[in-house]
Formats: sequence, structure tokens, C-alpha cells
Amino acid sequence: MRLQKNTRLALYSVLEFASDPTRHIAAAEIAERYDVSAHHLSKVLSELARAGIVESARGVGGGYRFAANARRLTLMDVIQLFEDLGAADPGRREHGEETPVGRALAVVLSEIDEIAKSTFATITLATMLRLIERQSAAQAAAAAGGAVSRARARRARPGRAT
Amino acid sequence: MKTVPKNAGGGAVRRAPAAATGAVAIRPVRAADLDAVVAIDARVTGIPKRDYWRTVYARYGAGRHAGRQFLVAAAGGEVVGFVIGEVRDWEFGSPPCGWVFAIDVHPDARQAGVGARLLAAICAGFRRAGVDKVRTMLSRDNHLILSFFRSQGMMAGPFIPLEMELSP
Repeated sequence: MRLQKNTRLALYSVLEFASDPTRHIAAAEIAERYDVSAHHLSKVLSELARAGIVESARGVGGGYRFAANARRLTLMDVIQLFEDLGAADPGRREHGEETPVGRALAVVLSEIDEIAKSTFATITLATMLRLIERQSAAQAAAAAGGAVSRARARRARPGRAT
Repeated sequence: MKTVPKNAGGGAVRRAPAAATGAVAIRPVRAADLDAVVAIDARVTGIPKRDYWRTVYARYGAGRHAGRQFLVAAAGGEVVGFVIGEVRDWEFGSPPCGWVFAIDVHPDARQAGVGARLLAAICAGFRRAGVDKVRTMLSRDNHLILSFFRSQGMMAGPFIPLEMELSP
């Protein structure tokens, strides 16, 4: 499953805003964090603002602020603003799609699409924020464990450079 | 571009007063609770199944098996939700794990943490029974309950449900 660049940027941005709903965050700050141009990001943020997911504030300390309900808004709600997942393009025909093999392959691809859509439609931003927290905690614990192991190894091998 | 998601900003939520104030007790089901369980299920699914629930009660509610649990949430003397599950062993090589196969909260008592408390209670029972993993399975179209389970930390597991039509 690959999401288009704008969709990924929208998800990154929305999750940044939702992680601290009281704070106005400048577009430039998010652009720098995700290594994209502020100009490109501004188009994405404008769309999110039009959808009522974020709201903008002008002037000093301006930027964008989360304006939705993180317990209700799903990943799919954001994704659908930028792309149609699994939607068939009526003008596009794949080679061999009318053959028995092509039809069978379409069934398999449709199964994958349906699972992906269900996944995105059932993960709210609040759930994502908890997942991010859990992953960060696990990463920190692993790093701390690694540091302890390295320290033990250094103590066990005092003559060796590390 | 698509239109604004209708639920993007959330909305007012109706709550049953007792559930909303936190006066909820989680306890094993009793025979007298069965009518309320049948009513909640019928309200949610639109299909009354009294005989089915009698069978479920006989199997899970009598407390004869340590791994089987049928718990209810009671608020203000009324049953407002229930959860049912059991410990399953070695299905297709899976080490023993807790399995939740039903959870429901009366629509008027939702958004008050009742479902989370029911799930936490049955998970505590699973831990007491010696397992450290809980699984469930439901329709991918059931976004409401899928969202609930995901909000509690559940993710897609390593097992894939399969089915086929049985020819006559």
C-alpha cells in the first residue's frame, strides 16, 4: 500500500496538530520536520483547513491548529480528501483484465483493497497518537537496554576500545 | 477533492445518566440478566435471539469453566453492556490466548467508557487464566466495533480469516 505524497503530508501534519491541539504550529516547522517545501505543504494545509480539520491563525505566533475531534476523525477521513483508495478509473483498462486470469487477479487485488480501506476507516487520530506513544516508549526502552548492554560489554572487556 | 467528513468535528453524544457518571459495576452475568442481554443484542442487531443467548448463558455464564467468561456492566441496577470470551488452545498452532467473541453496550450508554471497562475486565480474567494475548474477529464493515478495539490497542494479528461457499 502506497499513499500519494500529499496524502502522507496531510497525515503527518494532522497528527502533528492533533498531538497538541492547543498549539498553533507554523507550516514551516512541519515542512522542516518532514523535509518538504513549505510551499508544497501550504497547499495540503489549505485543503485540511477547507475541510475543517485545522484552522489557521495569521500574524505573530500564527500557523495552524487542530480543529477536529481526534476520537472521531479517522485516517480514511483525511485520506479521502486527497485520493480515492481502490477506486477504479473508468477510463483506464489494464492489459488482460477481461481474461480468466485477469478477472481472478482482480478479485485478489480487491480483497487487499477492502482490507486496507477497513483498516484506514477504523483507526482514529486518537488511536494513532497512542500508537506513536507506544512505539516511542518501546524505542526508548530498547535504546536504554542497548546502552546498558554496551556498558556491560565495556566493563567485561576493559582493555578493548569501544 | 472530497467533501468534509461528516464526523470530523464530532458531535453531541447522548449518554445513559448512570453510565455517564461512572457508577458502573462489572460482574459475572446472572440468570436474571439474560432478558437485558437479549434486549441489548436485539436493539443493536435488530434480530432477537433468545434461544441463542440461553445456550450462550448455559455454556459461558454458569462459571463452571475457568477459561470462560460472560461479564455484564451494570449501571443504576440495569445491565447496560456485556462481554463474552474464553481461552482457546492451539487453534492452528496458536498458543493459548484469550478470545473475545461478543461485546456490546446499549446505544444510550456508549461514550462513557463502559466498553473499555468490560474489555479490561475480561482481559484481567484472561491474565488470571495464564494467557498474555487476546484476539477477536469481526466484520471489516463493522467500523464502530473495529474502531473501539483499535482504540484499546488492538492491531491486526497474524491470523487471516477465510471462508467459502459450501456447495449443496
